[in-house]
Amino acid sequence: MNCSSHIKFFCCGLWLCLSLGFSPLLRAEATRPELLELLRSGTMPDKEAAIEQLANLPDSLELLQALQEGRLMELKADGKLVIVNRPGEPALFSDALSKTVLDNLDKSQLSKINVNNRIRTLLKKAIALQQLNDADAGSRLLAVEALGKLMDQSSAARLAERLQTESDDAVAAAIRRLVLLDQMQNGNKEQRIQAIASLKTVNSQELVNQLQAMTETDGEHFKEADSDIRNLAAAALIEIKGRIQAYAAMETLFFGLSLGAVLVLSAIGLAITFGVMGVINMAHGELMMLGAYTVYVLQQWLPDYLGLATMLSIPVAFIVAGLAGIAIERGIIRHLYGRPLETLLATFGVSLFLQQTVRSIFSPLNRSVSSPDWMSGSWQINDFLSLTWNRFYILIFSLLVFGLLVQILKRTRLGLEVRAVSQNRAMARAMGIPSGQVDALTFGLGSGIAGIAGVALSQITNVGPNLGQSYIVDSFMVVVFGGVGNLYGTLLAGFSLGIANKFLEPYAGAVLAKILVLVFIILFIQKRPRGLFPQKGRAVEN
Amino acid sequence: MKNLDKSFGLVIAVILLVSLLMPLGNLLLPEGSAFKFSAYSISLVGKYWCFALLALSLDLVWGYAGILVLGHSAFFALGGYVMGMYLMRQIGDRGVYGDPLLPDFMVFLNWKELPWYWQGFQHFGFAGLMVLLVPGFLALLFGWLAFRSRVTGVYLSIITQALTYALMLAFFRNEMGFGGNNGLTDFKDILGFSIQSDAVRSLLLLTSGLLLIIALLLGQALAGSKMGKVITAIRDQESRVRFLGYRVEYFKLWIFVFSAMLAGLAGALYVPQVGIINPSEFSPINALEVVIWVAVGGRGTLYGAVIGAILVNYAKTLLTGLMPEIWLFSLGAIFVIVTMYLPRGLVGLFDHWIRRWTAQRQLLTPGAQEAGL
Repeated sequence: MNCSSHIKFFCCGLWLCLSLGFSPLLRAEATRPELLELLRSGTMPDKEAAIEQLANLPDSLELLQALQEGRLMELKADGKLVIVNRPGEPALFSDALSKTVLDNLDKSQLSKINVNNRIRTLLKKAIALQQLNDADAGSRLLAVEALGKLMDQSSAARLAERLQTESDDAVAAAIRRLVLLDQMQNGNKEQRIQAIASLKTVNSQELVNQLQAMTETDGEHFKEADSDIRNLAAAALIEIKGRIQAYAAMETLFFGLSLGAVLVLSAIGLAITFGVMGVINMAHGELMMLGAYTVYVLQQWLPDYLGLATMLSIPVAFIVAGLAGIAIERGIIRHLYGRPLETLLATFGVSLFLQQTVRSIFSPLNRSVSSPDWMSGSWQINDFLSLTWNRFYILIFSLLVFGLLVQILKRTRLGLEVRAVSQNRAMARAMGIPSGQVDALTFGLGSGIAGIAGVALSQITNVGPNLGQSYIVDSFMVVVFGGVGNLYGTLLAGFSLGIANKFLEPYAGAVLAKILVLVFIILFIQKRPRGLFPQKGRAVEN
Repeated sequence: MKNLDKSFGLVIAVILLVSLLMPLGNLLLPEGSAFKFSAYSISLVGKYWCFALLALSLDLVWGYAGILVLGHSAFFALGGYVMGMYLMRQIGDRGVYGDPLLPDFMVFLNWKELPWYWQGFQHFGFAGLMVLLVPGFLALLFGWLAFRSRVTGVYLSIITQALTYALMLAFFRNEMGFGGNNGLTDFKDILGFSIQSDAVRSLLLLTSGLLLIIALLLGQALAGSKMGKVITAIRDQESRVRFLGYRVEYFKLWIFVFSAMLAGLAGALYVPQVGIINPSEFSPINALEVVIWVAVGGRGTLYGAVIGAILVNYAKTLLTGLMPEIWLFSLGAIFVIVTMYLPRGLVGLFDHWIRRWTAQRQLLTPGAQEAGL
């Protein structure tokens, strides 16, 4: 069959119609070739009408998407419509009507079908309506969501129709919600009352906007004339806003917990070394920095496997930072035993040294570290509550590390020795525990955990030479607040400081919140100079 | 002890000589003379004197009372801010916006009137009083809380660091009314004289030098007094002093407040010489640098702190000018080497050498011991 002769025939027909003053718009049930011809040569209103109709015809998704993405072309020679396929598809061009593959075409032979913004909006709706019949429930759900933003009479009817045959629960619920929203606006009074009653439990920003609009005045009159409906809407609005507040509090709590998780991660290593050896390691922040740079280096080596590189950097960072820690202990701290203030100064010197080393090797600029796919984005629970995945994983991660550390201290030989030395060094030595070796391993363990903390930090903050400095004061505060020699104190202190910070922030602003927390700790130390969970017994006096 | 006294006098003499001769050279000698010191070098030495005064004030609390304060530069910066406020008020309507009352940054922030805590700072006397009172009051409050609850050792060090960190964050806020990130700058006059003029710079150098000498003498007298002995005893055996019936916390508080005031004074002299004060002066690393000055010189000797401050800062000026990358490496190395190998600082090292040298001489010349007696 000869396609082009058909089209020529239609062209003549259309030309006749137009010249006789009959708009093709009047035809309610145009055929697909007719609609395509309208898209090609019609005026903008013609195109709109054609799209409206195409939306209801089965199997026109490809065409509509092509039009929206500017891939629908007209063959200059004979006016045939051609779809330029997306890159990656086997054929470059295909016929818009018959969907056959077209060879021997060149881009220069084609000219684009133009659309305007109104048509783009219509296309969005039409595409969503087409996708409503998609086999995949996920795309159906997306289509319903898209339709929710572009509701009108016809799409409401189509949605109600689709609801009869919809098999997927989530999609059906989403459709039902949209139908109810439509009924709330356009149904009869009884339907509207019922719609408000059943929508009250739904968390949707769109619903809030519509209810809000119903209760507002338009100069002197209420936008909603029916006072019963208005009162119901107002009541529903109050109920939903209460829920929104609860979700906001949950979100703040989550942010607080995730900040707390970071604080705990960066402070437990410090707590161990401080608790066991009475040594303040000012280079702790820089050991975290080493961990963060380990991620960077590994990602540079394995640029195609970012996820693997990130996972791999956890043990590698532990080893790198741990070895650096052991070197610091053997080289410096060991010689300053019993002089905590001098240790503090010497380790500060080490921290300056490490900072400058990193600055010289990697430049003073921040380095970009990528997150694996599964860590980016957020978990959208509903319109009012979404949790970012990276913070969520860091929370889990920090609890895992904490749990592991507690088990090491509780159940391993090293843990036993560490606890013995921290409680009474002289007695532990008398019992044959090599306290020097225990010191080195403890310091290595604490430093290694700092390295792991650095891996976690690299996922949420900039990796640069100052990374350590910005966290060191905070992690000291956690240790001081929690008390030495009790890891649970560190855990509790980290989380409570994180949460307090995030709950203060909306009222006081981020910086003032931090200042308030610092002032609180300074005052708290006056009351309990040894933290929340002070060490008891003889060890205290050393 | 005799060595120490000699060195003490030597340090004072050098400070006095430099403070007198440099301004004289700058003001009196003709252009092109070798001893015609530039305005830059005058201000640089003036800055060193201020740092030396700051180091000395830290030495009083750390060297004598054994309290390692990691936030001493907070008092320095506070004194500096007070002086900065006075200097800002002196600008008057010569600012960019020409407001007769409000400093530029307040006009920029759309503030309509001067905040209450900026009142009175147009008077030099009031500002001068505040230079001592503001740091002193903060030290009194903080020290009273800390010493009363017997917060000691590393805990105290860490919370003083938190204090200066919190102050830094606070002063970075524009809402605080201290110029936020940029701090206070663009000063014009001090006591009616242009702050840029050679005479004022010279006078500031001389004032800093004289105050440093007075502080040295005062500190020496304090250390030798009965009170100084109690304070040293607290450093060495706090519980024992307490059992003997002394109120340890009052002694500590006294020396802490005194030292904070000295630090504030140093800051107040520092600001007109460098022409700017901003929140980075509060940063914890600055406070730690002060500690290392004292450690390098040798703590518990006062003049050691002065020597340390001047040497380290001179090295910093040289190295940051020649090879900026090297400076942090060297500073890091200084921290490690001094704490590990020079627990008594350079002063201790020289003292050790002199002792060994005299001992050797005594051994070499028989009969010297009798003669010495």
